[in-house]
Amino acid sequence: MSQQFGNITWVNGPVIRARGSRDVSMLEQVEVGEERLVGEIIGLNGDSITIQVYEETTGMRPGSPVFGTGLPLSVELGPGLLRSIYDGIQRPLPIIERESGSFISRGVHMNPLDRIEHWSYNPILKEGDQVKGGEILGTVQETENFEHRIMVPPDVSGTLTWVAPAKKYTIDEVIARVKTARGERELTMIQRWPVRRLRPYKARLGQSIPLITGQRVLDMLFPLAKGGTAAIPGAFGAGKTVTQHSIAKWADADIVVYIGCGERGNEMTEVLQEFPHLIDPRNGRPLMERTVLIANTSNMPVAAREASIYTGITIAEYFRDMGYHVALMADSTSRWAEALREVSGRLEEMPAEEGYPAYLAARLAEFYERAGYVETLNGKQGSISVIGAVSPPGGDFSEPVTQHTKRYIRCFWALDKSLASARHFPSINWLESYSEYTEDVAGWWREKVGQDWLKMRNQAVELLSEESRLSQIVKLVGPDALPDEQRLVLETSRIIREGFLQQNAMDNIDAYSDIHKQIAMMNLMLHFHERAERIIKRGANIGTIHALPIVNVLIRMKEQIPNNELEKLDDIRKTLDEQMDQLEAEYR
Amino acid sequence: MSQQTNQLTDWGIQEVSGVGRVEGPIVVVERAGNVGYDEVVEVIDSQGRMRRGRVLEVGEKMAVVEVFSGTSGLTIDGTHIRFLGQSLHIPVAEEMLGRIFDGTGNPIDGGPQPLAGTFSDINGQPINPTARVYPRDYIQTGISAIDGMNTLVMGQKLPLFSGAGLPHDQLAAQIVRQATLGSPAGESSKQAQQFAIVFAAMGVKHDVAEYFRNAFAESGALTRVAMFLNLADDPPVERLVTPRAALTLAEYLAFDRQMHVLVVLTDMTNYCEALRQISNVRGEVPSRKGYPGYLYSDLASLYERTGRVKTSEGSITQIPILTMPSDDITHPVPDLTGYITEGQIVLGRNLNHQNIYPPISVLPSLSRLMKDGIGAGHTRGDHSHLSAQLYAAYAHMQDVRSLASVIGEEELGAVDQQFLKFGRAFEREFVGQSATENRTIEQTLDLGWKLLSMLPKEELTRVSPDEIKRYYKESHDTN
Repeated sequence: MSQQFGNITWVNGPVIRARGSRDVSMLEQVEVGEERLVGEIIGLNGDSITIQVYEETTGMRPGSPVFGTGLPLSVELGPGLLRSIYDGIQRPLPIIERESGSFISRGVHMNPLDRIEHWSYNPILKEGDQVKGGEILGTVQETENFEHRIMVPPDVSGTLTWVAPAKKYTIDEVIARVKTARGERELTMIQRWPVRRLRPYKARLGQSIPLITGQRVLDMLFPLAKGGTAAIPGAFGAGKTVTQHSIAKWADADIVVYIGCGERGNEMTEVLQEFPHLIDPRNGRPLMERTVLIANTSNMPVAAREASIYTGITIAEYFRDMGYHVALMADSTSRWAEALREVSGRLEEMPAEEGYPAYLAARLAEFYERAGYVETLNGKQGSISVIGAVSPPGGDFSEPVTQHTKRYIRCFWALDKSLASARHFPSINWLESYSEYTEDVAGWWREKVGQDWLKMRNQAVELLSEESRLSQIVKLVGPDALPDEQRLVLETSRIIREGFLQQNAMDNIDAYSDIHKQIAMMNLMLHFHERAERIIKRGANIGTIHALPIVNVLIRMKEQIPNNELEKLDDIRKTLDEQMDQLEAEYR
Repeated sequence: MSQQTNQLTDWGIQEVSGVGRVEGPIVVVERAGNVGYDEVVEVIDSQGRMRRGRVLEVGEKMAVVEVFSGTSGLTIDGTHIRFLGQSLHIPVAEEMLGRIFDGTGNPIDGGPQPLAGTFSDINGQPINPTARVYPRDYIQTGISAIDGMNTLVMGQKLPLFSGAGLPHDQLAAQIVRQATLGSPAGESSKQAQQFAIVFAAMGVKHDVAEYFRNAFAESGALTRVAMFLNLADDPPVERLVTPRAALTLAEYLAFDRQMHVLVVLTDMTNYCEALRQISNVRGEVPSRKGYPGYLYSDLASLYERTGRVKTSEGSITQIPILTMPSDDITHPVPDLTGYITEGQIVLGRNLNHQNIYPPISVLPSLSRLMKDGIGAGHTRGDHSHLSAQLYAAYAHMQDVRSLASVIGEEELGAVDQQFLKFGRAFEREFVGQSATENRTIEQTLDLGWKLLSMLPKEELTRVSPDEIKRYYKESHDTN
């Protein structure tokens, strides 16, 4: 299938030039040298061809052959994706380990999907049915809880002339034949799709359902909608990865695609070792069963890092097309941008800001725009929510990647180094962060939880911003100079910060907060504020409020009340009222 | 098994006379056919002296070569270039422990070339994330600010961020001297296996190299140490090879010979400057502060050569040292390092001025792997909450301290005054210790509780009521 089309003339790191055929196409996948390293054509100029190579090019020399594949860089889609871990160009890492040991050697060619495993296939459509691209032919129960819907490839339509009976098949076996305008097509359970092309859908829909993450600061204060986009910028050590991991673990998505893009090897190992043992709180199955991992760690070839983002989002789109909700995490988009910069530098392109190529913003936009809540070709609804970590140099958000990202996302979770230093995690700064989905998802909360989430949220945000204003004064004159009513704002805000916003990802009870727990907790804290305010107006001082035993109970309830024993929160409310009643009686 | 590195891909030797251009450490060779990218070359000047280099870029009939030991004395026509047909390999063997090498792996201690059956590519190969074992065994360093607050785990890369004039060398030497495989509090420390040490110096002063050699000798560790020295007056380009040579040996020891290896790399800032110099000469587009855009990837190719793999009992733990230019943690070198390494230990000038040794600023310091290496079965069940509480209390104390500097200490509330006292004691007693003091994990944790007991119980919201009951010292006199 691959044919030699030219010879190498120049090598510089991951970028090589070759001279040869004028028939190769832009973005065609190629194989380079005798070892047949995987590459992609990124430039054509007469008979000079520029190629980025996804593997180490040590030893590559002028004169070596270059082979074309005739196809653009693509991924394989089909049963077997879940629970997989791939490198940036979808090579299965466990199989590479089996073949070449602990270290990744070059020129390894492997099928991304297992060709031997038999999947139990149940057809839905029958002979004679008219089919269009995206329609669901049949299903495979890929894991206990996941129905893999086998679809007609988007570019195929016609009449089904033959349908395979319900039986076990490998992904290479023909499961249907379609008579199309251009002849008969045989369909298998596997599809190939070019990573740089969006998979089509019928229509984009609005985003009004929140992606529940179980992280209180996100769900209550800065919600992300399903199909939305969010960025997590933060200096090193601010907790980007822990936050990303927490979302990957607890988000109420059907599928999670986690792209470790230019990050630490041990972090991917942690996910690999932890996820099979973590249980999804919604269906009791291991979290790994809904997860696809793409790992292109920082020491793996830089060009493949560039590709990893596209590999991940194409897989996400495939699951979306089945009518599922997918959450995609990219950690970190800055490393991806740096890969662009490195390749661009080797091509001697004119740099824009800080050495980044001028097309950085366009590439970021292309990526984030692949998120969305859509009606799929088969009439179902599916979504991709994209959460991109950003690693700004020196934690300075004014750098190009953060700034351009901000233009294309609607939810900004700013991590704060000083909060992280005080071990306030997740270190999401409540003054700098924002979500443009707040109003959009308020209706959902009203319907599902029956409480005025938006009002509570706004009250909490007001308290916190009032606190920030007051602490400026405190820094100058000390807290004693403030009237007790304002000191109460400080006290309630402290309770909210320590008891609500802080969440311990390592604690069994606290790691995931059910939405009912979240709203009940916030309700209690605001109730505390309301009652205390009344008492202070009657002349009590802040010291007596601070000394109430309930204060510590409010701060600790996050770790002491499990999600399935929420009735205990009612007891706390009773205790709170009792203590307040007692105090109020003294100041009547 | 590690890399199949002894199967050298031999592309054949070829020789070219005369070069086209010499600029800084770079030589451009014309009329060179069939040269491989990243190939090693020997550069022979008109006097017949040989130096080594490596190919950075190849085109048809053209090769760009960086010369490790500089280009002084090279002439256009009188220079011979011999392309060796393979990438840079060094011999690796267990008997290299106890020896001293130059920056490219040649012995400089007067001893013979080590006998080695294995030659390994200094660039190594990336470890497959699925082949890694997630590090969970902590290393007891005997230093409270590390063991208690930023626990080091076997297989971790934990750099020291320092500044000129701070005692980072002393601290690194103390860590190397005292490091033992940790065991739960109450049990005696496992002395089973001592660490092998691979030490790489890049552009450091003679005194510093000498200091480390003496420190190793005094602790009787010298036979377990392999030193790779590129000193301040050695050619800068050679610095790019030094850490790679050292890590190649470390990988062999850890993954082929099943040893636990501690790697100390100092000073990474010098390494990065050498990289910048080469990049500059080649006219590459710079990113921040003139450093090349690929600095992150380049540093990652060093730091990521750390960890544990399923096929070996051994491990590599890295302690890179870097000095932050003008103590600026946002400088590209510490910044990119922090993004790759699993935390950082930051030394602070303020503490140093107060004569507190080791002057570890705990707030900006972090160990990312700590969470899985501590707790019951590793250190002690209360460790995680205790350290979170110490962090929170110390961070609050900083706010109080800055308030006190405005309104005066007397104006502070009673509780805040207690916090101030706690902070001072924390810095002097917990962070501060002598350069020879080796505290057990139990001592460190108990000390933490002793200090927390200076604060009212109600302020301790990060530790559980049970832990307070068990460890909080009621009777402690706060005066």
